[in-house]
Amino acid sequence: MAELIGTRPAASRPALAHNLTRTSGIGLGLTMLWFSLLVLLPLAAVIVTASQAGWSGFWSTITNDQTAASIRLTVLAAVVVTALNVFTGTAIAWVLVRDHFPGKGLLELIIDVPFALPTIVAGLVLLSLYGNESPLGLHWANTQWSVYLAFLFVTLPFVVRTVQPVLEELESDVEEAAASLGASRVTTFRRIILPSLAPAIAAGAALSFARAVGEYGSLVLLSGNLPFESEVSSVRILSAIEHDNPGGAASIATLLLLISLAVILLLDLIQRRVARRG
Amino acid sequence: MAEVRRVRNGPFGYLLRAFVIVYLVLLVAWPLLLVVTHTFAHGTESLQALFADPDLVAALRLTALAAVVATVINTVFGVGISLLLVRCEFPGKRLLSAFVDLPLAVSPIVVGLALVLVYGGRDGWFGPTLESWGFQVVFATPGIIMATAFVSLPLVIREVEPVLREVGTEQEQAAWSLGASGWQAFWRVTLPAIKWAMIYGVVLTLARSIGEFGAVKVVSGNVLGETRTATLAVEEKYLNFDQDGAYAVAFLLASVSVLCILVVFVLRARSARRFSAEGQ
Repeated sequence: MAELIGTRPAASRPALAHNLTRTSGIGLGLTMLWFSLLVLLPLAAVIVTASQAGWSGFWSTITNDQTAASIRLTVLAAVVVTALNVFTGTAIAWVLVRDHFPGKGLLELIIDVPFALPTIVAGLVLLSLYGNESPLGLHWANTQWSVYLAFLFVTLPFVVRTVQPVLEELESDVEEAAASLGASRVTTFRRIILPSLAPAIAAGAALSFARAVGEYGSLVLLSGNLPFESEVSSVRILSAIEHDNPGGAASIATLLLLISLAVILLLDLIQRRVARRG
Repeated sequence: MAEVRRVRNGPFGYLLRAFVIVYLVLLVAWPLLLVVTHTFAHGTESLQALFADPDLVAALRLTALAAVVATVINTVFGVGISLLLVRCEFPGKRLLSAFVDLPLAVSPIVVGLALVLVYGGRDGWFGPTLESWGFQVVFATPGIIMATAFVSLPLVIREVEPVLREVGTEQEQAAWSLGASGWQAFWRVTLPAIKWAMIYGVVLTLARSIGEFGAVKVVSGNVLGETRTATLAVEEKYLNFDQDGAYAVAFLLASVSVLCILVVFVLRARSARRFSAEGQ
């Protein structure tokens, strides 16, 4: 599933590309029509609906106390979880590639479970260990911590699956050369390995942040959606829809889209920096 | 190659290994195991009760229908768009390539909202017109299929596109020069080359489609026996204090998704083995 979550190579100009024939022209037309009807037009409708309320409408929606609290919680939890994933994801990828022990294949399988598991089932799954009947005595259901927990669960595969293939391709002779020249393991990691992994880590972090900001299904049963405590933005959008307030729903949705976009751009910048320093 | 890279494990290596195992057990393995034990706490009773409930059978059938239709659409569309992105030059190609990944980054609730704003029967952009033609999208099966197709759209493309880029067009050109028509070249040369990537894509799309919840919740209206899917049934059963029922449906869905990743896992391991055997 590495390519699934990893970044696709940017569309480069292949040497054998030919211009549109009639069949591929029709294919392109049909494809674009379906893509527009399914994805582009509906997403445009969200932004148009948000803008119809005007700047003041948009502002009053997102500064509503309860909505603002939900946005703060969502963004804070997504930032914290993404930062954690940068470390744990890289550590997991490292162990999967460089370490050898019986049962490693099982870990490979476990990594993909959160991606394939229905989100509502993910919530129920977490509830069984961290809910009120927790065998560990952890009662995190209906608290803020449940949001962090659910985000950690659903974003688990992203950094691991983007970093793993890069780590597999990494030639160990550069590391050996660095070591033979007297570099410590920490220096080797910081100066040799980290710069090569940086683009993959950033891509994984971006996916993980975007996913966390929009998460809904796994929280329904787990977080209790308590206002000012464990209510995330997706839940606010849903309740705006249910209260027949599409303008308000579209405003929050647009803000979330903008935040995701900003974070993706920021991570891209950081990644260029780190890659250059190496 | 793995042998070359095998590094001596210092104390730090063992510590890292222990951390990773404990983290994954606490976050995924243990909770998943508890769902299995909850489901079979009273033997197979709760699973049998599910299939005796006509509403739930209808929900499972709807989930299966939406998942299969969405997967078929995404497979045809995904292979088509991969071919266009790899083989053709057209204005806006880079933009399309970037937009294709969009559904992975959009909240399912926003997906549902977006579809309602355009296809909603009351004041959507196209909804009222479509409804006057007798075609209801939102709060009906077509809306559920569209929501499902939206969220799982990039999966086939992400698998097929890199493979297509790698195989190139030489074999196809050979087929053409020997007199094969465009269709023959596609069926006999291109399709076999991307077969495995397509199968991975299909399995992953199926897993994602069966599990879609948020987007479906917004567009479905959750009408018992008509527009209620299996994932919606889990929520409803749990909130109605039917914990055993909720765990049983959750177990069914989890089994399907774990089976899906197991299939991909086994196929991948096999093709990797075949690849390394050929290389030697």
